[in-house]
Amino acid sequence: MDNAIEARGLVKTYRGDVRALDGVSLAAETGSVFGLLGPNGAGKSTAVKILTTLSRPDAGEAFVAGHDVLRHPARVRLAIGCVAQKSGLDLQATGRENLLLQGRVYGMRGGVLRSRAQELIERFGLSDAADRVVKGYSGGMQRKLDVAVGLMHRPQVLFLDEPTTGLDPEARVDMWSEIARLAGDEGLTILMTTHYLEEADSLARRLAIVDRGKVVAEGTPDELKGELRGDAIVVELEEQVLDGEVRRALDTVPELYDVAVEARTLRARADSGARSVPAVLAALEAEGVRVASVTVSRPSLDDVYLQYAGRAFSEADQEAKRP
Amino acid sequence: MTHVLTDTLFMTQRHFRNLLRQPAWILISLVQPVVWLLLYGALFRKIVEIPGFGAGSYIDFLTPGIVVMTCLFSAGWSGMDLIEDIDRGVIDRFLVSPASRSSLIAGRLVQGAIVGIIQSVIIVVLGLIVGAEYPGGVAGIAALTICAVLLGTGVGALSNAIGVLSRRVETMVAVSNFVLLPLTFLSSVFMARALMPGWMQSVATYNPVEWAVNAGREGLASSPDWGVVLSRMGWLALFTLVCTWLATRAFRVYQKSI
Repeated sequence: MDNAIEARGLVKTYRGDVRALDGVSLAAETGSVFGLLGPNGAGKSTAVKILTTLSRPDAGEAFVAGHDVLRHPARVRLAIGCVAQKSGLDLQATGRENLLLQGRVYGMRGGVLRSRAQELIERFGLSDAADRVVKGYSGGMQRKLDVAVGLMHRPQVLFLDEPTTGLDPEARVDMWSEIARLAGDEGLTILMTTHYLEEADSLARRLAIVDRGKVVAEGTPDELKGELRGDAIVVELEEQVLDGEVRRALDTVPELYDVAVEARTLRARADSGARSVPAVLAALEAEGVRVASVTVSRPSLDDVYLQYAGRAFSEADQEAKRP
Repeated sequence: MTHVLTDTLFMTQRHFRNLLRQPAWILISLVQPVVWLLLYGALFRKIVEIPGFGAGSYIDFLTPGIVVMTCLFSAGWSGMDLIEDIDRGVIDRFLVSPASRSSLIAGRLVQGAIVGIIQSVIIVVLGLIVGAEYPGGVAGIAALTICAVLLGTGVGALSNAIGVLSRRVETMVAVSNFVLLPLTFLSSVFMARALMPGWMQSVATYNPVEWAVNAGREGLASSPDWGVVLSRMGWLALFTLVCTWLATRAFRVYQKSI
């Protein structure tokens, strides 16, 4: 079996005609980390809910660890571990009690159950807190315990839905190294959703970019970045200008592509940023457009996102938060 | 099937343990029946002197009422805990595991039943201390407890159904406040049925709270009519079954909404 997770044409519409997924297909190779990247509300969590048997799609099919999610949900459940966006821990119970109950519902008993719980407590550095009630844990500790609970029954496939959202920077870095360590585990496949570009870039072997319920791009982070030609040039203008006006002015600059103006920000791509910047500045000056600052950067996933979703990532994220 | 039972046992343990970790709750649930028993017992003491009341001592009359009322009220709020579990993602965590779906509700009901039995015994003992007499003896006390717990299980299931459908604490509070006290007053918990207005007597006929109080009091009488006790118990069992079925339907609605 090459792909531990395979989904084809997933569609999910919620009441009130909210189309959360609009034909999502993806495939995650066994033993790898697959990243599902997108802004808030893109449909990542809905995809995870379907793949983990929590909800049923309106159309499409999915296989996890070789089992059909729709026909054999019980088999899928035995094979997967799931760390949802909402923690799902029992706050009144201790860390150890949470692990033991989780193991029990998977049929683990006695010595095997106890030693597995102890092993995970040590592995995630929770020894001091293990017998304290979870209510008193820090956010980072709760998230670690979440992952430990998801791993209790040694799943083949682990789902991590926004594992670092809401964590402070230190805990986030901690969680990253934890995930990188898990990725090294023999045969464990991880599907991780995130809306942090750098997180997907550094942890995922392959990733799919999701926007408005659709996969807009898929590949390794390098492939996705490689599809973009050259460097990104971002010019901050002193005043708002007309899109067409600037475009016309820059038409004459060689090796410059994908020019876009949004408010006072001008974005473009160039085969070589260093070579094109002087020409860009000259062309703008000739047009009487005053420039506040210029930055040149190697392509990032942010640019990839802009390329495929047609808007900047941060903008899409903000849009989702608006009521 | 065994897996449903073991999972229910694990979930019951979880709910029971969490309850024991809330000392304030334990204190309140112990103090409340004491207050009711002593307060109402003193307030309505002379009520038995009304011709036609049909009981010698008000505390004898009141104690089974308080047992039923206590079980009713604890059960009425049991949906709150489910709402919290849904909000926290605990339910979803178990839904993506092989845990039996029934155990997610059944564990709560079993825990409620155990708490109900403990509360009933405590109130019966308290009643003894303040002078109540139970001519029906142990069999009568058992009948009262069974009826109170059956009622509690049914109402607890309904409360969980409302919780899982509304998923809002505010709705839960409103519904419980609106329903629990009127149900109590539309039964003979405090007042002999013969002295209630005619329309109230008619309503009480269909009130499960009345079935439980009626059966409990009959069981504790010096020569109980077991026909009355068993028929009421049968009705209560049916009520509990219907409510439990409604709760599982409500839970499916929730599962579909995810």
